Amino acid sequence: MRFADPSTALVDDLVDAARAGDHVAFEELVRRTYADTYTLARRLVSDEEDARDVVQEAYLRAYRSIGRFRGDAQFSTWLYRITANCASTHLGRRRRHRHDELDEEVDVPDTSPDHDPAAMATASLLRDRLEAAIAELPPRLRAVVVLRDIYDLNHAQIAEELGITESAAKVRLHRARRRLRTQVFPLRGEEPLDHEVEDQAHAS
Amino acid sequence: MLPERIRDRQAPTEPCTAVAAALPGVVDGSIRLDRADRRHVEQCLRCQAELAQYRKLLRAMQALRTSTAPVPTGLVTDVLAHLEAAGERSAVRAALTGRKVAYLGGIAAATAAAGAGAAIVLVSRGRKGRLPLAG
Repeated sequence: MRFADPSTALVDDLVDAARAGDHVAFEELVRRTYADTYTLARRLVSDEEDARDVVQEAYLRAYRSIGRFRGDAQFSTWLYRITANCASTHLGRRRRHRHDELDEEVDVPDTSPDHDPAAMATASLLRDRLEAAIAELPPRLRAVVVLRDIYDLNHAQIAEELGITESAAKVRLHRARRRLRTQVFPLRGEEPLDHEVEDQAHAS
Repeated sequence: MLPERIRDRQAPTEPCTAVAAALPGVVDGSIRLDRADRRHVEQCLRCQAELAQYRKLLRAMQALRTSTAPVPTGLVTDVLAHLEAAGERSAVRAALTGRKVAYLGGIAAATAAAGAGAAIVLVSRGRKGRLPLAG
């Protein structure tokens, strides 16, 4: 199928054409989805350069396997799964080299008002606070909560793409939600969780 | 003893600790509380507040789905260039694979032709050898 103007075509038609080998259709799919794909990659790897690499790898894999896309899921969900898998591979590779990615906290700017009064204003919106709290999660917890609660992948899909069991995915999800809740909505008088001790106790 | 309803919200009780561990799953229905824990939540303002916060958290997470991070300049151009290069490599590979197949096919055809030729020669020699006996 050839499109007179791919920018006006429906996503489903573009996907069908791309599956049949239409490179122009695939390029249009890239143009329509790259911002979302980059956002997911950025949330998973927390580093702009790494996120760029993950996005490139994800589209390359998608390009090579689009012929096998069965269309029983949304194209966006299929792409999220590929991106999650690429991010997981990327982080695993870095962990093997540096031993500090999946199990350690990511070095992010401290935006908590106690430490940075200037950040108080910018972090006043719930969304900003939440994004900051997500970025502070260890990558193995962050990947699960991002894929489940933001991108609505189910436990089986998450487990498959991250190479973990479904029960591990559930445990990580609950721990991630607990951390986010205490970070974003601390109850009055609530002590912050001792994450390091908790991690050692529940390492999975 | 004060009714649980008006206990200090800042002092979690033992049931609070047990229920709190389940609340991250209760919020999306993946964990169901038993009757005793449900009754505790109905009477405990602290656990109710915590559950409400998990609901708020989940809604806020879902709302993030529509927000996108600032995309670095040139990302889409890089991705498309990367794909084009991959496409060219794949085309070259396909062409080389095609030539290899043609080459192997040629060898197979030549081998088959040589075999057939040899068979004809042998058959004709055999006939020559049998002629005197036929007569």
